Amino acid sequence: MSSTLTSAKLLWDDQAVPAPVLSVSSLSTSIAGRGTEKSLIRNVSFDIQPGRTLSIVGESGSGKSVTALSLLRLLPPSARIAGKVRLQGQDISDLGDRQMADIRGNRIGMIFQEPMTSLNPVLPVGLQIEEALARHAVAKGAEARRRAVELLDKVRIPHAARRCGEYPHQLSGGMRQRVMIAMALACGPDLLIADEPTTALDVTTQSGIIDLLKAIQAEDGTAIMFITHDMGVVAEVADDVLVMRDGEVVEHASSFDIFSRPSHPYTRQLMRAVPRIGDMRGREGPERFAAVGAEAPSAGPQTRHLVTRDSAHKVLSVHGLSVTFRVRDDRRRLRKTDLHAVRDVSFDLFAGETLSVVGESGCGKSTLARGIMGLQPINAGSVAIDGRTPAAMRADGRKALQMVFQDPFASLNPRLTILRSLTEPMTANGIAPAEAAETAAGLMQEVGLSAEMLSRLPHEFSGGQRQRICIARALALKPKVVVADEAVSALDVSVQAQVLNLLMELQERRNLALLFIAHDMAVVERLSHRVAVMCFGRLVEIGPRAAVFDSPAHPYTRQLLSAVPVPDPARRFSTAGRADSFERPVISASARMKDLGGGHLVLAD
Amino acid sequence: MTKPAALSLPVPRLSASWIGGGIVVLIALAAVFAPILGTVDPMAMSPLNRMKAPSADFWFGTDTYGRDLYSRVLYGGRTSLAVGFAVAILSTVAGLAIGLFAGYFRRVDGIVMRVMDGVMAIPAILLAIAFSALLGGSLGTVIVAISIAEIPRVARLIRGLVLSLRGRMYVEAAILAGVSQPRIIWRHILPNTLAPLIVQATYIFASAMLLEAILSFIGAGIPPTTPSWGNIISEGRAVWQIKFHIILYPAIFLSLAVFAINTFGDGLRDALDQRGMKHQ
Repeated sequence: MSSTLTSAKLLWDDQAVPAPVLSVSSLSTSIAGRGTEKSLIRNVSFDIQPGRTLSIVGESGSGKSVTALSLLRLLPPSARIAGKVRLQGQDISDLGDRQMADIRGNRIGMIFQEPMTSLNPVLPVGLQIEEALARHAVAKGAEARRRAVELLDKVRIPHAARRCGEYPHQLSGGMRQRVMIAMALACGPDLLIADEPTTALDVTTQSGIIDLLKAIQAEDGTAIMFITHDMGVVAEVADDVLVMRDGEVVEHASSFDIFSRPSHPYTRQLMRAVPRIGDMRGREGPERFAAVGAEAPSAGPQTRHLVTRDSAHKVLSVHGLSVTFRVRDDRRRLRKTDLHAVRDVSFDLFAGETLSVVGESGCGKSTLARGIMGLQPINAGSVAIDGRTPAAMRADGRKALQMVFQDPFASLNPRLTILRSLTEPMTANGIAPAEAAETAAGLMQEVGLSAEMLSRLPHEFSGGQRQRICIARALALKPKVVVADEAVSALDVSVQAQVLNLLMELQERRNLALLFIAHDMAVVERLSHRVAVMCFGRLVEIGPRAAVFDSPAHPYTRQLLSAVPVPDPARRFSTAGRADSFERPVISASARMKDLGGGHLVLAD
Repeated sequence: MTKPAALSLPVPRLSASWIGGGIVVLIALAAVFAPILGTVDPMAMSPLNRMKAPSADFWFGTDTYGRDLYSRVLYGGRTSLAVGFAVAILSTVAGLAIGLFAGYFRRVDGIVMRVMDGVMAIPAILLAIAFSALLGGSLGTVIVAISIAEIPRVARLIRGLVLSLRGRMYVEAAILAGVSQPRIIWRHILPNTLAPLIVQATYIFASAMLLEAILSFIGAGIPPTTPSWGNIISEGRAVWQIKFHIILYPAIFLSLAVFAINTFGDGLRDALDQRGMKHQ
């Protein structure tokens, strides 16, 4: 009697909510080291239903990757994992290492961030998929080969049969990630764990991968656990969202609820810090983010002063700049050929203005910055700072142009105290050490740090603080132009918002001109007066921010803008299905800039 | 119970290297204080006491001329350690200068490093024999000859490090700030090459001692008027099948010293590596 009841109840339950593919309850992980035990995650619980996607979001150190590694048990032996993990109802939390290895890659597929390091560079990709099939006794020999081609076809790799014999270095980043997905899907897993699978990819490539994952989910009903820090990507893929902070779950809700009515203060703060493309529509000038975290300035959003663009205010003038690298020819190994990293780029920058240069990786935007800075010899063209040509610039003119680098962890000498790093530019330019130290203290305060921190070493600071120090160092010589090469892309969103606020504040106070090299369109929209788009070393479009974002004239700009994931789940379907059409535009060598009026120029044949 | 961070050295990994370091110190002390450690004149011959086995009078026995082996081994340690130390200092200083120069000033890089490759192509032993023939065998000749042979290795190591360091963002930031080239090398590049350099120096120390022993053994090194572990072994070679103790003690000291120095170097490398990791 009772057994009939239970089975009937089970049946009923099945129809209402399907049994979860993965059920995690009170998962806690700590790692032992030198007599102490450090807790990494505490009491993490969640379920993933078949055919659904759970996104785990959080900033670095929040424990989102540790959660995935803990349930896969891929952590070092010194880690202690407690809690229950059920896969399709089976308890996998006490399985032996051998049995876990059978589950990984078979019933749980995994995709990691860096597709180049996840693939073996000396084996053809097809063979690597065959190995995965053979390891889990799914298929062998000719059957495995056939399956490998099928899988590559399934992940939309054109000419799958031919690609099977190619090596990872012959494929692009997006292709490699598709191969990783094919490997993860090889054994028909119940669950796919994707840890930042698109973080290393360009936006147009990213949207292709996201669409592919969604299509595969729709075909096979695979459950996906998607770990990311990018709220735009979350909105694009997630059905449910788990927000983590310091190893704990702070909010677990449906994607729609997280984005429209976040309940936890931390989630709300996180959402406020996320720049959304389109936020700035109809507003003039850059605008600061609303207060984020404790470090933020108290000033709320405010409209910024507008820039006077006349010759008296011109601080940087780049004319016909080209940089060429001699590289080995792709087809003929012994020949060398010219790679035009930057070709004929011209623009002016005015005091107090932010010009952002955007483009995908390899478009030449960083080379352009290095060329302007003199870190890279230029082959043609000229750079004039404050009306002076490079010849006259060598000695003291350089001071007017300073740079903030991408990686705050690599841009400070680990052996020098902050005081020495900050005073170095000044003492090198003949300022007395005592005066330099005083200026350094002032600079620390200006970038929101305290002067007492001057005696510390770089490793005692967080990434955001280090980037503030780098900004202070760039300001030490009172430059007129600061070039920021991806200066915020290595930072977490809330820290990124704070650093961007700082840059805008400093620009206003010091009437700085900012050349901002970036790939994140939403960030660019937030802080730019003008935007320049680069593709294959050419400037394809330049103009006021509103003109470029609201009426992009070049097809490549339109592509770039439409590929940006919007942090709003309600808008996700409007963009679906367009990714496969992304192809890099062909830019003819004879194309010239055409004036559309109002300083808006576009490259046209 | 939490320990202060400053005290949390990687103790277990270091223990082997502590022992190594300890042995090196003991051997060095024995060599330095040889005159007060119950030794006699290491050159004093005693035809009556030829090839005596170790006993209460002659702790390590005597050699074919009746010289006290205990005294000879301790005094010989002076020569061997002096060669190791001097070579380690000379070759790292010269190699560091050449490596910094080649790595930082790319125009001279090709020429300098080809010269280094050329030096590397000549076996150290041939080089030393050529030097002895030219300048006459002496302690100084041996030191110079081995140093020249070791310099290319250091120069290569440092050049490689400099190439990677000069691309670091903090070096570029210093260039942009107008910091002069000597200052950039002194402040940003040199300090970051020191850890691997010190480790390399310990290995050179050990290999120089071995090379000196080999050279003295074949008669191209330290002249027989000065005892060194190499020429004690060399002199015992003719009778080693019947009087094994003559080569046994210098050989034990030589192997022990080389082993201890290498162990110390390994520990040092691990310890310095960990520091590097923390700073990343």
